[in-house]
Amino acid sequence: MMTDSPHLDIRNLTMAYGEIIIQENINFTVNHGEVFVIMGGSGCGKSTLLRHLVGLMEPSSGDVFVNGTNLWQASIEERNQIISRNGVLYQGGALWSSMTLAENITLPLTEYSDLNQKQIEEVISYKLSLVGLAGFEDYYPSEISGGMRKRAGLARAMALDPDILFFDEPSAGLDPVSSRLLDDLILELRDSLGATVVIVSHELASIFTVGDNSIFLDPDEKTIIASGPPKELLKTTNDPRVIQFLTRTT
Amino acid sequence: MSINAAEKYQIINLEESILLQLSGDWRFQSGIPDIEPLLNHLQSIQPAKLSFDCQQLGSWDSGLMTFLVSLINSCKENNIQTLQETLPAGIQKLLQLSFAVPERKGARRVILGQPVLAKIGNVTIEMHRNWNDLLEFIGELLFGFLNFLRGRARFRYSDLFYQIECAGPSALMIITLISLLVGMILAFVGAVQLQLFGAEIFVANLVGLGMAREMGAMMTAIIMAGRTGAAYAAQLGTMQVNEEIDAFKTMGISPIEFLVFPRLLALIITMPLLCIYADFMGIMGGAVVSATMLDISFFQYFQQIQGFVPPVHFIIGIVKAGVFGILVATAGCFRGLQCGRSASAVGFATTSAVVTSIVLIIVADAIITILCQLIGV
Repeated sequence: MMTDSPHLDIRNLTMAYGEIIIQENINFTVNHGEVFVIMGGSGCGKSTLLRHLVGLMEPSSGDVFVNGTNLWQASIEERNQIISRNGVLYQGGALWSSMTLAENITLPLTEYSDLNQKQIEEVISYKLSLVGLAGFEDYYPSEISGGMRKRAGLARAMALDPDILFFDEPSAGLDPVSSRLLDDLILELRDSLGATVVIVSHELASIFTVGDNSIFLDPDEKTIIASGPPKELLKTTNDPRVIQFLTRTT
Repeated sequence: MSINAAEKYQIINLEESILLQLSGDWRFQSGIPDIEPLLNHLQSIQPAKLSFDCQQLGSWDSGLMTFLVSLINSCKENNIQTLQETLPAGIQKLLQLSFAVPERKGARRVILGQPVLAKIGNVTIEMHRNWNDLLEFIGELLFGFLNFLRGRARFRYSDLFYQIECAGPSALMIITLISLLVGMILAFVGAVQLQLFGAEIFVANLVGLGMAREMGAMMTAIIMAGRTGAAYAAQLGTMQVNEEIDAFKTMGISPIEFLVFPRLLALIITMPLLCIYADFMGIMGGAVVSATMLDISFFQYFQQIQGFVPPVHFIIGIVKAGVFGILVATAGCFRGLQCGRSASAVGFATTSAVVTSIVLIIVADAIITILCQLIGV
């Protein structure tokens, strides 16, 4: 669903676990068809922010707007409808261990589409081939490697051609070739299907290759300390913490 | 959803080639035409090339991509060259990505129905493997026990105390409830029959003997199998999934000594104590029923038990409880360490631990009872 409003609009977001504030006063927008990168050191709250964006955690304060709809003021049905249009790749793949790879991809297709069995099988085959796992339909997650599980998780995330894809550390655990293919795939999803992609990542090569826009979270200041396209950020920022991160210096 | 293929594509026969004109929206929601008629047509005329005209193509999603992938694969099999450069750039790139990593040879599984003999064979092999695993586990356990006797077993006493707390005091509430009720049921069932002969006072013998010799230990063991044995299997199974067990092994620390031993010792220590407590609560339950239904005072009831249920029966029950403790801990830990690498495997390990424990408890009880008969106690 394409509207004039940004795809994601985060306003004055504060994230906390009980009394412990993780990040506060977070403000940024993600436009349609943009690859947006959330950067920051370990433990700064990147994955927690992602959990807020995908609707798994309710903000302590502030709002998350998806296509102009406030996620946490919408009715439960409306929120579920919005969330079902998300594709999420979790750090470890988060495949359902009692199902084969094909069954993992089948479940969202049978729940949210009218495809017949033959079409579902074709989609499974196509999605698995996109992530380099053609022929692994009948394997259980416990029978494949960590990197393969991650790629299968991506195939499941893409099953319904979601409007927006959230990737939590997509390159972690992947070999360089798979990592490059994943970057290509992210760019193609953006260019060909107009998908919006939000990525939490540490991988500098990947960040500079795919990132259209980004924010940098700091665990000490507990808020965004830099934002902008990653390549420009590298040239323009004066903040030593961001420079250290983007240039891998100490 | 029935789709009119003519609305989605037109086949134009050219000299030695075919032009496929795609039109309209190609999305799953708007329906994707069946590819079979097109494939049959291509096979019947066997063109040298297939090209595409996408000027009338509207919006599209994976529906179009799956259609094209099937079409291109079929063309490859029939030696028909597909001119993918005639497709829009976005589609070309996605096709390239989907064909970038060819299917690994031998990766695809052919799932065939298994003959009955093969199934029996596989089950037998699995049972043999299980038996070997169990023997290995018991061997390691004995080895660990020897190390423990020599003061060389590597485990933390804080773990042992924690496990004793989990298995002992934390289980008192459920033991109280179940034992009290079992004692009351025994007394009630006995009372109905004994009243017929005016022998109500023997309810005390029935409850005292039943709880001391059998039910105290048995009920405690079954509760602990469902409560603590299952917890051991789930804990160790989850550690297996998270590679924590592997981490112990690679550091040269025996998981048997470090993880199993504290749990085993905890149950060996707590089960007899819980059994004594269960005996007492069961006898109390019987006392309540005797006092309320049969007008037997507490004093008469306990005097009857003291006179007719000698300490040897309590000792047999306590010894049984110790044996059951070993069995529950062994089954729970064995199934946990045997667990696979997935969440469903943890569930299977837990179920299996409880079933194994209960079977072993009943078998052990039968053996001990026969042994007691043989030695006359």
